[in-house]
Amino acid sequence: MYPEGATYNANVDVYEEVLDNGLRVLVQEVRTAPLASVWCWYRVGSKDEGPGLTGVSHWVEHMNFKGTTNIPRDKVKGIIEQFGGYWNGYTWVDQTTYTETATRDALDRMLFIESERMANCLYDPADCESERTVIISELQGGENDPDQLLDQELTATALRAHPYRHPTIGWLSDLQTMTRDDLYGYYRRHYVPNNATLVIVGDVDRKDTMRQVAERFGGIVPGDVAKVPHTREPEQLGERRVIVAREGTTAYLKIGYHAPSVNDPDFFPLLVLDAVLTGAKGLNLWASFRTPPPQRSARLYRALVDGGFASAVNGGLVPTEQPFLYTISVTATEGSSLVSVEEATLAQLDAVRRHGITEHELDKAKNQLRARLVFEGDSISNIAHQLGYFETVATWRLVPSLRERIDAVTLQQVGDAAATCFKTTNRTIGWFDPQAPADEGAAPEGEGASSGPVSFHRQ
Amino acid sequence: MKTTIEQRGLAPARSVLDNGVRVIAKHAGATPAVTIHASFEAGTIFDPPTEPGLSHFVSRTIDRGTATYTAEQIADRLENRGISLAITVNRQALSLVCTCLVEDLDSTLATVADVVTHPAFPDPEVETRRGEIITMIRQDEDNPAAMASEGLLSLLYGDVHPYGRRPRGSVESVERITPSSLQAFHAARFRPGSLSLVMVGDVETGRAIDSATRVFSAWTAPPPAAPELPAAPPARERRVRVIPMMNKAQADIAYGFVTIVRADPAFYAYWLMNNILGEYAIGGRLGDSIRERQGMAYYVYSAMDASIVPGPLLIRAGVNPANVERALASIDEEVARMANDGPADQELAESRQYLIGSLPRRLETNVGIANFLQMVAFFDLGMDFDLRVPDLLGRVTREDVHAAARAVLDPAKAAVVIAGPYREPSNLRTLEPPNV
Repeated sequence: MYPEGATYNANVDVYEEVLDNGLRVLVQEVRTAPLASVWCWYRVGSKDEGPGLTGVSHWVEHMNFKGTTNIPRDKVKGIIEQFGGYWNGYTWVDQTTYTETATRDALDRMLFIESERMANCLYDPADCESERTVIISELQGGENDPDQLLDQELTATALRAHPYRHPTIGWLSDLQTMTRDDLYGYYRRHYVPNNATLVIVGDVDRKDTMRQVAERFGGIVPGDVAKVPHTREPEQLGERRVIVAREGTTAYLKIGYHAPSVNDPDFFPLLVLDAVLTGAKGLNLWASFRTPPPQRSARLYRALVDGGFASAVNGGLVPTEQPFLYTISVTATEGSSLVSVEEATLAQLDAVRRHGITEHELDKAKNQLRARLVFEGDSISNIAHQLGYFETVATWRLVPSLRERIDAVTLQQVGDAAATCFKTTNRTIGWFDPQAPADEGAAPEGEGASSGPVSFHRQ
Repeated sequence: MKTTIEQRGLAPARSVLDNGVRVIAKHAGATPAVTIHASFEAGTIFDPPTEPGLSHFVSRTIDRGTATYTAEQIADRLENRGISLAITVNRQALSLVCTCLVEDLDSTLATVADVVTHPAFPDPEVETRRGEIITMIRQDEDNPAAMASEGLLSLLYGDVHPYGRRPRGSVESVERITPSSLQAFHAARFRPGSLSLVMVGDVETGRAIDSATRVFSAWTAPPPAAPELPAAPPARERRVRVIPMMNKAQADIAYGFVTIVRADPAFYAYWLMNNILGEYAIGGRLGDSIRERQGMAYYVYSAMDASIVPGPLLIRAGVNPANVERALASIDEEVARMANDGPADQELAESRQYLIGSLPRRLETNVGIANFLQMVAFFDLGMDFDLRVPDLLGRVTREDVHAAARAVLDPAKAAVVIAGPYREPSNLRTLEPPNV
């Protein structure tokens, strides 16, 4: 499929070194543009938050853009923009990450920013207070979207014990009560070199880069990162339902199934199954939302969208460290009842549970996933993202083997995945049932948020 | 050592076919893939006044069956190879964009050509997509961000100007659109002379242009009519519209002005002015005030869209309903400050350096390069435009930027829309904006 010696996925050329303080460093030389991309990943996310502290990982992420001992607060603005650069960060269930991409001559600047962020952030009390309301605004903006609201309700219903159940942005009451010391304590506990992975990809020299990394990070002392154990989600014993009945114009259906983690061999057959049902999304959270999946010929699209029941259908299976959910989201067309949309969706899932998929569907899904692997390696920031992401939830060595793992999936495995995943007792069904506007009255109090990743600023 | 792109710039190959199709090809070898970006001058400004939403309807149906293939066959041809064809429409252009593996370039181009030259708009497909479009419009009506932005354009341009109309039309107008109106729009706007085709990827430019020539050269039709656009109504006073959406958690503010055309020599001064006001770092001066200092919003920014008509400068923010007046007062203050004092020398230097320095990043991926080249082609900026950007921005003085700000930024003439859980207080209209 690819010419001999093609460098479509040069991840085999990744250089890996662990500094004495435990910082894992991954460097890949990619000379397609005069740019460098740096990502610093921490093994901390919303699953690591205890009661009263939901949303702390994401709030800490925001605070880590507000100046450090050696980057005064008023020098933050423009620190990377001077190099034509872009920077951002995001937090999700397993990870918190920060990134800069800029011209290659900014490499040392990027490493400086990340070393400061690891060790020297300020947490000025006034900044903590002002960011509290920024984050509540971020939460309320998400709440304006009924689909996100339903997603959050569904996740909290499908998971009863595992901390993946609460939204990464946190519950409103925790955001209202958390203190500066809560934030700072959490930062100090988790932001240590032995809990981090630093990834550098681009037009850089490996040796020079490692020398600069050692200078910037070598002196940071490691810490105790003893992790609290996460409750394992008990087996679900019966179908669950959640109905969100609020004012709105459009009905949404969402079905969540317990799904394997990326560390489970059953993940890849389910990934193929999702491609058959809703089109291949690939495995890059940072890149995939930018390109719609090829889904016109996918089973659920044909049954629901071409069938007139829905205006949109989407499947979501994201690599996570621990078992999470596979979700199917459907937007009902004007005039279609949620009952009929649910019936049509479940009929498709039941058919695939009983009969599996065809050889042709398997080939097509693999072609799509292989093409997505090529497309999502189109920039140094995407390449770097994948290395750090997988190192945080599993190991970066999965990245060069993704294609092989997809190729190896068999018809039988996909059939088994469907039979296991789509059992009635494994599912939670969520409805957003739109209500006609009330004549008068204030907005209902809500605590809505998305259960997806949340970034420092909008893309 | 400098890379080729730093020395020579993009240096794409360009060719105009005998029938008028403009083709641009650029070799980029980072991945064994090619991005195809076919753009027609067939955007929403070409909607007949009686059929708002027609161009958008075409964008949802043009690839749903041709004289030769059914919708299902087209989907299979593309998706068996992992290709998703994205069709988007904006005010000016209707664009078909996809990325394929190099080996699939010819077959993919053939499919794209078939779709744009011989769409069939079959009745059942049109009916199904009509249901989807009506659902999208109903979703927009429940979305404060969409309501605020669309409401602002309607305030700025009025209902007669195509910029003032909702791009997707209304439920009522979409219900009236027939397959023959889709066919008529296609016949009027999809002509070789309205197509700009850009290909970027791991293919030699000569071969890419040959491939395009093979699939498009037999297509003939006279050039399409040039658009006739009325002027935007002059802004004489502050206009405020409140769209109460009491079921929502957050209010969206849209605040704006009509600016200039892209061809205006002052464009580069406006570009820098907008960057300083609401883009640089996290939302420029607006972000400093409303997000960083006052903690009122997760997003606040400004965006400018100068085009073949004087485009809008749009300021957007999402805030708690209790903070609407305070956020508006802060926007007024920053707008007035920019108009009164212009930028600081250092701000101008920083924004200039950023806009120039970010070009290599904008031009890193095939999709990024293709978008840039389409923009260059649409505004006829020249194939060496990327190399000329530093000079074009370098010549702008502080006084030029201040003049641009003075010319359009005046809180007393701003259009303002607030959509969300907010009801107009009695004094909102009379709140005194600061003097300019």
